[in-house]
Amino acid sequence: MMRMQPHSEFSGLPVPASAAPIAIELSEASVTFGRGARAVPALATTSLRIADGEFVALVGPSGCGKSTILRLVSGLVQPSTGVVIVGGREVAARALRVGMAFQNPTMLPWMTIERNIMLPLKIVEPFRSQFRKLRKTEFRDKANALLEQVGLKGFGNRYPWQLSGGMLQRANLCRALIHEPRMLLLDEPFGALDQFTREELWSILQELWIAHKPTVLLVTHDLREAAFLGSRICVMSARPGRILDDSRVTFARPRTVAMTFEPDFVALNQKLRAFIEDARTASRDALAAQGTA
Amino acid sequence: MPDLDYRQKAWSAALIVLFFVAWELFCLMTGMSDLVLPRPSQVFVTLFEKFPILWPHILQTLATTMIGFVLGVGLGVVLGAVIGVSKTAYDTAYPLLVGFSSKPKIAVVPIFVLWFGAGTVPAILTSIAISIFPVVVNVSTGLATTEPELEDVLRTLKAKKFDILWNVGLPRAMPYFFASLKVAVTLAFVGTVLAETVASNRGIGNMMMIASSTFNVPLVFAGLFVLATLGICLYVGFSLTEKHFTGWAHRKSEIVTV
Repeated sequence: MMRMQPHSEFSGLPVPASAAPIAIELSEASVTFGRGARAVPALATTSLRIADGEFVALVGPSGCGKSTILRLVSGLVQPSTGVVIVGGREVAARALRVGMAFQNPTMLPWMTIERNIMLPLKIVEPFRSQFRKLRKTEFRDKANALLEQVGLKGFGNRYPWQLSGGMLQRANLCRALIHEPRMLLLDEPFGALDQFTREELWSILQELWIAHKPTVLLVTHDLREAAFLGSRICVMSARPGRILDDSRVTFARPRTVAMTFEPDFVALNQKLRAFIEDARTASRDALAAQGTA
Repeated sequence: MPDLDYRQKAWSAALIVLFFVAWELFCLMTGMSDLVLPRPSQVFVTLFEKFPILWPHILQTLATTMIGFVLGVGLGVVLGAVIGVSKTAYDTAYPLLVGFSSKPKIAVVPIFVLWFGAGTVPAILTSIAISIFPVVVNVSTGLATTEPELEDVLRTLKAKKFDILWNVGLPRAMPYFFASLKVAVTLAFVGTVLAETVASNRGIGNMMMIASSTFNVPLVFAGLFVLATLGICLYVGFSLTEKHFTGWAHRKSEIVTV
């Protein structure tokens, strides 16, 4: 067992500028849902830069706006103020290749798993124009190769309701990856899985990342997951969220599940835990203050 | 499962036979005049004997119904899609739709006759008018209730609105669509026959009017039988198509075999 490197950089200091080009940039972006008296602030003014090929894990108390950041980057939500730039362009105007997986596997129930996974190829160029020609050959092979990689070999012709939750989530990961995205947005994709399946999928995801180095933004509740997968961890405050801490994780890769029980790793987990605990207490106090005022 | 299926079909057939036998016996025992209620055997004999006369009327009614039905469904899908894709359009247009669909369709026949004269055109229009609304209402509801999560899958890929409609909205609305087809096809018959009885010189509806005015009651009933048979055939046809296209929505609980 190799010895882990110390995580001396995990210090709350600003992350030094990287030489790689910026893949995602939020500058002074905030999101408010609704208007007037019923306005709900979901994300406080936030700035965040993610370099190309980084693996960033976003952690924080529930309802803090982690998913909102993801939805901003994916273009599902527009910023109320500020700018979101992805791949050098403003989000709305972009036709960049992005793979996204939600906590809910959301497979389309009328399609087989294979066709569900091939869906991005039907939509996104350059695959789109070749879809009719290649869907029965090259594209199908591609889908099945991915299925095999996540341990679902031979399940391509099943329908989503014939698969268990864990299997669907594996398929979901395949669908996020099939169009070889340069950017992967993952919204608690392993949240509903049992511990062992989750750890297995961590390793699969890590392998994929090491092989292709896409930019990954992972939203998670699981601190072990963040520390296992992330090259960088951003801790968010309670709603309306903002980034409290942004630090690098320098454990050597490929990381193993056994490593997550070593002292350095546990110490990192505890540090993260403390941050979120503080954020939760602060928000509770703020609410209490509001109540008495 | 297939055993049960066949048994159920056998019971359905037996029930139909039983119905006719009971009817026959009822007429025989009460000595019912065939001017009031002819025996089924009489009706079948009439049907058989008068078939050469009935045939053109059957074709006329069937053709009119199918034209009206196809146009009604086509328009219904387009209109339903337009209304269903936007929540605002759906909420705005729904009261008007309900108003249109709840008016008694017989009331529009004289208007169509006034506009287009007696004949095939009012019959087609009536069957369109009567079959379009279930389709519009169902397709728009199917689209409007599509889970946003399903659409998000494509939206994150920057799919165009049409791609989302084509790949998510419409397939999702298919069970609703087929349910409405089964209603629409029987309603299209109602529309055609209605218009034929009021203002036409051909078709089953017209034939039944003439037969009843000459007290040829067995022939009236023969017309009814023909209509029932046509209705059942089309209904079954669409049920089978429905099973083929929307099996995913009608699945029974199956055990996952891993």
